[in-house]
Amino acid sequence: MSRIIWILAVLLSHWRRHPMQLATLLIGLISATALWSGVQALNQQARSSYDRAAAAFGGARTPMLAGKDGAAFPQRLFTDLRRAGWPVSPVVEGRLQIGGRSFRLLGIEPVTLPAEIGNAPAIGKGNSQAFIAPPGQTLAAPETLSELHEPEGASLLASNGASLPPLHVQPQLAPGVLVVDIGVAQRLLNMPDRISRLLVGPAKEPRLPLETVAGDRLRLVAADAESDLERLTDSFHLNLTAFGLLSFFVGLFIVNSAIGLAFEQRLPMLRTLRACGVSACLLNAVLLLELVTLALAAGIIGLVCGYLIAGSLLPDVAASLRGLYGAEIPGQLTLKPQWWIAGLAISILGALAAAAASLTKAARLPILVAAQPQAWQQQQRRWLVIQCGVALVVLIAAGGCLWFGDSLLSGFAVLAALLLGAALALPALLELALSLGQRSARDALVAWCWADSRQQLSGLSLALMALLLALAVNVGVGTMVETFSRTFITWLDGRLAADVYINASDDARANEIRAWLGQRPEVQAILPGGRAETEINGAPVEILGLPDHATYRDHWPLLRSANNAWVRLRPGDTGFVSEQLARRLNLAIGDHIDMPAPGGNWTLEIVGIYADYGNPKGQVAVNFAALTRRFPNIPRTRLGLRVAPGEIPALMSALQGKFGLDGRNLIDQATLKADSTRIFNRTFAVTTALNSFTLGIAGVALLTSLLTLSNSRLPQLAPLWAIGITRRQLASIEVLKTMSVALITTLLALPLGLLVAWCLIAVVNVKAFGWRLPFDVFPLQLLELVGVAMLAALLAALIPALKLSRMQPANLVKVFANER
Amino acid sequence: MNDRRLISRRVFTGGAALLGLRPRHSLAQGFAGLGEKADGFAAVVPGKIFSFPEDLGSHPDYRIEWWYITANLVDSSGAACGVQWTLFRQASKPGPEQQGWASQQIWMGHAAVTRMDLHRFSEKFARGGIGQAGVNAKPFEAWIDSWEMRGLNGLNDRTVAPLELTASGADFSYALRLGADRPLVLQGDGGYSKKSEREQASYYFSQPFFTATGRITIDGKPVEVSGQAWLDREWSSQPLASDQTGWDWFSLHLNTNEKLMLFRLRQNDGTDYASGNWISPAGTSEPIAPAQIKMTPTAFTATEARRLPTAWRIEIPTRGLAIETTALNARSWMGTSFPYWEGPIRFAGSHNGMGYLEMTGY
Repeated sequence: MSRIIWILAVLLSHWRRHPMQLATLLIGLISATALWSGVQALNQQARSSYDRAAAAFGGARTPMLAGKDGAAFPQRLFTDLRRAGWPVSPVVEGRLQIGGRSFRLLGIEPVTLPAEIGNAPAIGKGNSQAFIAPPGQTLAAPETLSELHEPEGASLLASNGASLPPLHVQPQLAPGVLVVDIGVAQRLLNMPDRISRLLVGPAKEPRLPLETVAGDRLRLVAADAESDLERLTDSFHLNLTAFGLLSFFVGLFIVNSAIGLAFEQRLPMLRTLRACGVSACLLNAVLLLELVTLALAAGIIGLVCGYLIAGSLLPDVAASLRGLYGAEIPGQLTLKPQWWIAGLAISILGALAAAAASLTKAARLPILVAAQPQAWQQQQRRWLVIQCGVALVVLIAAGGCLWFGDSLLSGFAVLAALLLGAALALPALLELALSLGQRSARDALVAWCWADSRQQLSGLSLALMALLLALAVNVGVGTMVETFSRTFITWLDGRLAADVYINASDDARANEIRAWLGQRPEVQAILPGGRAETEINGAPVEILGLPDHATYRDHWPLLRSANNAWVRLRPGDTGFVSEQLARRLNLAIGDHIDMPAPGGNWTLEIVGIYADYGNPKGQVAVNFAALTRRFPNIPRTRLGLRVAPGEIPALMSALQGKFGLDGRNLIDQATLKADSTRIFNRTFAVTTALNSFTLGIAGVALLTSLLTLSNSRLPQLAPLWAIGITRRQLASIEVLKTMSVALITTLLALPLGLLVAWCLIAVVNVKAFGWRLPFDVFPLQLLELVGVAMLAALLAALIPALKLSRMQPANLVKVFANER
Repeated sequence: MNDRRLISRRVFTGGAALLGLRPRHSLAQGFAGLGEKADGFAAVVPGKIFSFPEDLGSHPDYRIEWWYITANLVDSSGAACGVQWTLFRQASKPGPEQQGWASQQIWMGHAAVTRMDLHRFSEKFARGGIGQAGVNAKPFEAWIDSWEMRGLNGLNDRTVAPLELTASGADFSYALRLGADRPLVLQGDGGYSKKSEREQASYYFSQPFFTATGRITIDGKPVEVSGQAWLDREWSSQPLASDQTGWDWFSLHLNTNEKLMLFRLRQNDGTDYASGNWISPAGTSEPIAPAQIKMTPTAFTATEARRLPTAWRIEIPTRGLAIETTALNARSWMGTSFPYWEGPIRFAGSHNGMGYLEMTGY
C-alpha cells in the first residue's frame, strides 16, 4: 500500500512542477463535464416535466376512448360501458381562466381511475374522500401555487365567477394543470353529464364489443409509449444534445493535449521508476489511479458548473418550449441522483478516452530504451498522411449520409461527419499552407519561422482543430439564426395582416361586437376567422378559415401556388397547406388530401403551400365560409379588423370599455408581432449561449496548448537567442506565428461554417421543424467572427510570449548546459 | 374520525379502504371507531315491520348496507366448490341523497370462486348517483359494473326468487340461477339483530333456502354446477361496539334441511358476543341465546402473516348440536382492499352438512 502511495507521490510531483499543465488538464475536464452535464440537466428537466404532463391522468400513455369527432359525449356511455365490462374511468378536460391566465382543468373520477395511471395512486387511494366530498380539493403542482400567489387551502375564483375547491399541493402534477373531481369539473366547465374521454384500465374481464355498447360514437385510441410533447420537442432536445456533445469533444481535445504532453514529459520519470523495481503492472495501475482521481475531482467541479449553466439557461429553455410547443417546464432545476453519477462517469470515461493513447504507450514502455521526451513530434509526417486518409473517409461518409439519409438523426450525422472530417484534415491543410509559405520565404529568419510553425503544428493541431470546430459551428449557427429571424419577420408582416385581433367569449358576444363595429367609420373591414381541429393519419391538423378579402389576397405569404390560387379557394374544394404538412405528407400543388369532417371526409385539392413557422401541428387553410359549412359547430369568435391608421388606440380603448375585452382577447398587430418575435428569439437564445460557450472553450484550448508548448520550446528558441535575436523579437515572432496559424484556421473555418449553416437550414431544420429557409450569407457577421477568433488567438499567444520576453537569460543558457 | 365510522356485517370496508384508511394497521381502530352513535343516520330500533319488495332495495338513510350471497355447489364431476357475491353500500355522510357525482354513496362489490385447489376473487368500486352501481327494489336488481343480481320474470317478493347472479374477474366468471320455494327468514328477534349487549344492532333477513344451478368458468374452462345458496340482507348505522375487533360468522345448511346462522363478535377483553338463529325446514326462525353457543377454534392456518382458525368445534347443547367444521380450502383469503377470510366449509358430528364461514379482523 505504501508503495502505491510513494509511486503516486512521485507521479504527482510532476504536476507540482507544472501547475499550468495541471490547470489545463482540469479546465479541459471541467468544461467537458460542465457543458455536457448542463445540457443533460436541461433535457432531463424537460423530459421529466413531459412525463408529469403525460402522466396527468391519461395523456397518451393510457389507452382511451374518445368521441368520434373528438367532441365530448354523454356520461351515460360511461355507465353503459362499465356495465358491459369495460374498465373505463371518465375524464373531463377543458381550459379555465383564472386571474388572467389559462389553466388546463382536468376532472377525474378517483374511484374508477386505474391504479396504473401515472400519479393515480397518490389520489386514488391516498385521500379520495377529501378529494370527492365537499368542499373537495383542487390539486395543483407547487409551481402553479407560487405562480398564482396562493397558499395551499385557498379557494380560487375562475374568471366566469365559479369557485374552485380549496387548493391542495400535488407535486407529481405538471405546472399549469388543475385537477378536480369530475363533478366539480363538469360544473366549472359547464359540461353537465358530459365526458371528454374515457381512460381504459388494464383489467381483463370479459367485455362486450365497443360497437355493441356505444355504436360508432366512440373510438379506441391505443396507448402510446411516447407522449405527444416528447415527440414534438424531440428535435429541440436533439439540438441541445448535439451542442452538449460538441462541447464535450472540444473539452476532450484539451484533455488529450494536456495528458499527452504530461506523459511525454514524464517518460524519463517512468523509466526511472521501472528501473527502481516498480513493476509495469503496478506503475500502470497507479497511473490509472492518478487519472481517475483527477477526473473525479474535475468531474465534481464540472457538475457544479453544469448545474449553474443549466440553471442560467433554464428560463430561456422553458420559455421557448412553452412558446413553441406549449410545454410547461418548472423554472426550478430538480436533478436526479442518476444525473450526478452519469456526470462523474462521463468525466472519468472522457479522461480515460483522452488518455488512452498515452496510457498504452506507458504500458508498453521498454525499460532500457532511452526516454525521448519530444519523440511524439517526430513522427508527424506519417501521422499527417494517416489522418488525412481518415478525414477523407469521414467526409465521404458525410456525403453518403446526406445523399441517403432521410431523418433528423442522419442530418446530425452529416453535420458531425463534416465537422470531424474537416478537423482531421486541418493539420494537413495547415501543413500545406505553411510549406507553401516556407518555399516563398527569402529571409533566413522568415524561413525559420515557417519551418518552426510546421514543426509546432503537431503540438498545436488539436487546439487548432477545436478552434476550427467552434468557429465553424459558430458561423453555421449564426447564419441560421440570422436567416431565420429575417425570414420570420418578413413572414410575420405578411401573416399578421389585420390591424386588431379580437377573440370574443362566445358567438353571441362576437355578433354584438361585430354589429357595434359595423357602425364605426374607422373600421375598414371586419375579417371573421375560425379554426377547426381534425386528424390526418393520426396526427392533429388545424384547419384555418381565411375570409375572401383583399387583405389576405395581397399579404398572406404563399411559398408556392397554382394560378389564381385565391380565386380557386372560394368554392371550398381547394385549400392551402402549411409547409410542414406538405413535407410530412409529401404533398405538392395539385395533389388531393382527405380530411375527416363531421359530415364525412372533406377532399381538398392543394392550390398553395405557405410557411407556418413555429407551429408544431400541420395546418390547412381554406375559405372561411366553406369551413363553417363543413364544421358548423366551430366557434366564430375570432375577428380581425382593418382600421384606419392612427385610429387603432382609440378603437381599442372603446372596445375595452364597451365589451370588457382585455389583453388576452383584444390585441393589436404591433403587440402580437412583438410577442411572437420575443418567443422566437428565446428559442435561439439557448443555441446562441451554448455556441458562445463552445467558442470560449476553444479559446481556452488554444491558450492551454500554447502554454504547454511554450515550456518545451526552449530548445528551439535558445539557439536563435544565442545567435543574437532578442527575447522581445523572439516573443513577437511567436505571437505572429500563432496569429498566422490561427488566421489560416479561421479562414478555413468560414467555408466550413457556411457548409454547416447550409446543413442546418436545408437538412436539420427541415427534418426537425418541417420548414426550409432561404440560404443567405451575412459577410459582416463573418468578419466579426474572424475578429473574435483573432482576438482569442492573440490573447492565447500573448501570455506565453510575455513569459518568453521576460525569461531570464540564464534559463536560455541552461538549454545548452542541460543537454539531454 | 367520523369518516371512519363505517360498518358492514362482514367487511365494511370497502368504504374504509376507499376513504383512505390503509386497512392493515387501522383494522382494529377502524372497527373501534365504528358506529357507537348513528350520528345523523337513521337508527336501528326494535319492532320494525319489514315490507317487500321495498326492503330488498337500498336504505340510503342508514350508514351501511349489503346484499350477500354464498353458494355451496358441486360440479358435474362431483367436486365441491363455492361462490360468493357481495354488494356493499356505504354513505360517507348523512342527509338527503345528493344527485349525480355529488352523491355521498359509495358501492363496493366482491366476488369469489373457491375450489379445493384454488380461490379466485375480484373487487369493484363505484360512486353512487350516476348508475354505475345501485339496487332497485322493483323490479329487483342489484349491480355494480357488469356484476348483477337480477330478479327474473315472475319474481316472488316473499321468496326473492327466481334470481340470476353474475360476476366475473380477470380469471374467473360465473352465472347462477337461484330458486326458492320458502319465504324470506327474519334473523335475530323478528329481523332486529343485536350485535352487543348494548344498543349496537342491525336489520337482518335472509333467504337460506335457495337452490342454485349454473356455470362457473375458470381460466376459460366452463363447468356446470348446482347446489344450495344463502342470501343475507342487512343494514345498519351503528352495528358494532367500540371494543369489538372482528367476527366469525357461519351460515350452515344442515342435512336435516334445517339452517343455522351463527356469529361471534370478538371483543378487546378476550370475551365474545355470540348470537344465532335456528331455522326449521319450514322457515321458522328462532333466536339462540348467546349463553347457549360455544364456538372453539380447533386448527389454524397461517396465511399472509396471519393465523386464522380454519377449523372449529361448535356446540349448542339446547339443540343437541355438536359439530366439527373444516374448510374446503383453508386458503380462502380475500386479499381485497380490506382483506378477510371467506370460503365454503363442511361439517360432521351430531349433524352433517355444509356452509360458509367468514372471518374478519385477523
